[in-house]
Amino acid sequence: MSLYASGSQTVGPYLHIGLTWLNTDRIAGPGVKGERVTIHGRLLDGDGVGVGDGLVEIWQASATGKYAHPEDRQKKPLEKGFRGFGRIPTDAKGVFRFSTIKPGRVPGSGGKLQAPHLSVTVFMRGLLKQLSTRIYFPGDPANVQDPILKRVPAARRATLVARPKGRGVLQWNIVLQGKVETAFFDF
Amino acid sequence: MSKQYSYRRFHPGTQPAYDFPPYASTAKRHPKQPLVIAPQTLSEITGPVFGYGDLKPTDHDLTRQHKGEPIGERIICSGRVLDENGKSVPHTLIEVWQANAAGRYPHKSDRHDAPVDPNFSGAGRTLTDAEGRYRFITIRPGEYPWRNHYNAWRPAHIHFSLFGRAFLTRLVTQMYFPGDPLLPYDPMYMSIPDEKARLRLVSQLDWENTVPEHALAYRFDIVLRGSAATPMDDSPGE
Ligand SMILES: [Fe+3]
Repeated sequence: MSLYASGSQTVGPYLHIGLTWLNTDRIAGPGVKGERVTIHGRLLDGDGVGVGDGLVEIWQASATGKYAHPEDRQKKPLEKGFRGFGRIPTDAKGVFRFSTIKPGRVPGSGGKLQAPHLSVTVFMRGLLKQLSTRIYFPGDPANVQDPILKRVPAARRATLVARPKGRGVLQWNIVLQGKVETAFFDF
Repeated sequence: MSKQYSYRRFHPGTQPAYDFPPYASTAKRHPKQPLVIAPQTLSEITGPVFGYGDLKPTDHDLTRQHKGEPIGERIICSGRVLDENGKSVPHTLIEVWQANAAGRYPHKSDRHDAPVDPNFSGAGRTLTDAEGRYRFITIRPGEYPWRNHYNAWRPAHIHFSLFGRAFLTRLVTQMYFPGDPLLPYDPMYMSIPDEKARLRLVSQLDWENTVPEHALAYRFDIVLRGSAATPMDDSPGE
């Protein structure tokens, strides 16, 4: 049997009604191992105006590079209490902020390790289908060899690398249009 | 390496374009650069797993979340979550939200001059069972105006959010009602190019699940991305 996937529709302006119950801006609880990091940024529309009715979802591996999911068959222990999922609504100015731990390296295609990264899905009113992107960590030596980052035209790669803003703090914006438009993926 | 799924790309015509002028808000909110086509890795084919511990027992019944019953026509909305191979997607989270019977959301941004119902919050969630089935009890949502174009009214709809097995099977969609005369005028519904794909977002009257003297029922099946081919499994013992 072969079916076609159902069509995507926008979350609309009232997304919070259905989605807020699962808001999670602290992805790693206090007991979770790893280098602590806070990431903040803004979701900006084509006029550079903050999107006040957006939602960012994060998916990531643990500090040892293990996903809390049965399809991750790596022989590494699952860290108890770590799901690796974040859901963060933007505020009226388009600002989002969350805290987590820096993930370890996970295998890419062909078993080659990827650079540490967070997977990001973006939803908002005016967006008919979610956008997928990634956050990479500044100064990580693995970034230059990362097979997914290498797919991004060189001039746009910087849009996926967060900027250091003091100890344990990173800044990363999602820009929908313009000179520094964020690179989005079609996986 | 152990077996690794990859998921099919979307069939042409089944998904909306990011830039869709009839829906005015897409103008400033769509990427102008082409998407970067990339291979799926472990990061995309895994995703968050939710369980009964995340839910309350009445989360699937939007008519029982307050002291009194909400105003409106009670409906039972059920169906199956499948993938493109026709395989059921078990134990996956579904979230829904909707307007009340008068077409009003209990949300600070909703200024529509229609009554708020103190007995209706308009949100629910559930997990599919082992066969991918789900069931919500709610009231039929009302149509509501929006300012997209002159005299624009949204057809009655329920917002659905699903996770599926992987981060890339994530889907947010809307369920519509059969025979709604507003559908051809709705830019969101019409944003899906293929007519058959559009019709799959329209639920069907479901006599079998109707409860006599109590509630009508609608059936809405949802299809998530499925694996592209039989996965290779070279890891015996798993
Ligand atoms: Fe709506």
